Amino acid sequence: MSHGIQVKRPVFGPRVARIGLYAFLIVSAAFFLLPLLLIISNSLKPLEEIRQGNLLALPVRPTFDAWITAWKSACTGLECGGVRPGLWNSIKIAVPSVAISTLVGALNGYALAQWKSRRANLIMLLVTIGLFIPYQAMLYPTVKILSSMGLFRTYAGIVLVHVIYGLPYTTLLFRNFYVGVPDEISRAARMEGASFLRTFWSVILPISTNILVVVAILQFTGIWNDYLLGLIFAGNDNLPMTVQLTNIVNNARGSVSPNVNMAAAVITAIPTLVVYFLSGRYFVRGIAAGAVKG
Amino acid sequence: MKTWLHRQTFNPDITVAVFFGVVAIFFYGSILWTGYMSLTRSTLIPSYEVIGFDQYVKLFTNYRWLVSCLNMVIFGVLFIVGTLSFGTILAILADRRIQAESLFRTIFLYPLAVSLIVTGLSWRWVLDPVNGLQGLMRNAGWESFTFDWLTNPDRAIYTLVIASIWHSSGLVMVIVLAGLRGVDNDLWKAIRMEGIPLWRAYLQVIFPGMRPVIASCVVLLMSEVIRGYDLVIAMTKGGPGIATEMPAKFAVDFYFARVNLGLASAASIVMLLLSLLMLLPYFYSEFRKRT
Repeated sequence: MSHGIQVKRPVFGPRVARIGLYAFLIVSAAFFLLPLLLIISNSLKPLEEIRQGNLLALPVRPTFDAWITAWKSACTGLECGGVRPGLWNSIKIAVPSVAISTLVGALNGYALAQWKSRRANLIMLLVTIGLFIPYQAMLYPTVKILSSMGLFRTYAGIVLVHVIYGLPYTTLLFRNFYVGVPDEISRAARMEGASFLRTFWSVILPISTNILVVVAILQFTGIWNDYLLGLIFAGNDNLPMTVQLTNIVNNARGSVSPNVNMAAAVITAIPTLVVYFLSGRYFVRGIAAGAVKG
Repeated sequence: MKTWLHRQTFNPDITVAVFFGVVAIFFYGSILWTGYMSLTRSTLIPSYEVIGFDQYVKLFTNYRWLVSCLNMVIFGVLFIVGTLSFGTILAILADRRIQAESLFRTIFLYPLAVSLIVTGLSWRWVLDPVNGLQGLMRNAGWESFTFDWLTNPDRAIYTLVIASIWHSSGLVMVIVLAGLRGVDNDLWKAIRMEGIPLWRAYLQVIFPGMRPVIASCVVLLMSEVIRGYDLVIAMTKGGPGIATEMPAKFAVDFYFARVNLGLASAASIVMLLLSLLMLLPYFYSEFRKRT
């Protein structure tokens, strides 16, 4: 977060208020940490300890057995391969989806920022509304369009859906960024005789690294955490991790071993958490930028 | 290829046209198609014969749909009020020169990186009457302790509220905090000189000046409410009974599990209209501001 201008704020005066403030912060922190810590701690317990029913107790004999089961032999239905295939599917889906939707979004955003037309405002409005359209109002026609192209329930299909559904969002983020980039840069490139694409690729992209990282992180988090689109469009061979996880948990055999379910949930959450912890500043900036849409 | 590129001396029009074409087909085209389907008697297979608004009549006489809508309103109001208040309080506190600010911020924000599926499952386990909090308290000797909201049809909706406040408060905190950091220092000086108590300063001076920031929070949270699907699936699957059904789940169920295309389309169009209705005031003010 920006520490650029540290403004002096009046501090709560009395010591009591100060203590109350920290008490509130600590209780809030406990509320936020509770679910994560509980599922991590319980995923490390052997089944006998789980059966004792003390959710808060720390594992007496911590073991990774539940993790290993969740990783490679928990049953998602008839198949018992754990979340491992789901992890691979999610990576396979997320990497190209994030890369394409980010780069194409940057190109579109730059084009829209350069595009001088009286209709520009109207188009921006229509694109912004696009962000708020519930998926349900587009799902069935998207299924039909993909079916007619032979892409429904295929790997290419799910990537295409993530790219298209993500484009208005990435485009707007980039457009808002490029509107603030001085026009002289593009004009200079044009004077040199560079084409639009050439200018974008060799002049604009290199000065966009920060926003590229921000958008890529947002897209990665969104696509990795997606459930609905994966469920409908990915097809049985490419089900992402979130879908595999719910299948493991809802599997009849799954209900007997909560520690395995919890381990599977933690494994599913790890990639985005790692990205969050490694990229905190960018992540926060992305949320703030993405929030003020339009 | 190269000569073609060269002839495009400096022309963003093509990119804009392609992009807008994609948006027009996949977004607006799909909406039109869904709207059309909602006026037909399509069930398993699409039928293209328009029969008028029968599906909407069926929809609003469908008990499950009405319960879903009522649930969405209850959930939405509690979730938005709760998340806004909690997030704002956290933002105010984080703006008060506290120790370990970045540690607290990291903790408050990490749920945003967690999927709603994992969020829902985690809270389902924590609130599970047998293995969760209730069982824990009873095991500890407090036999009469009861916290069975998750399995209580009258209370289950509130468990969704708890989980989603947990998930989204950080978002409000970030946005409001960014707004607070932008408040002019002179304003604070004036407040101190006038001797206005802090709570009044926030309620009557600072927040009224941040209306656009708060409006964008509300818009974001509303669109989360209308789209809410994953959390319900992971946490309650709409149950117990139909106690936590939501419109988004209703539509998906009727598209794919019950294959009633016409009814699902009608439900989707109602969701869409609701979203637009909520956005309208926001866009109106944004648009007027710019022109």
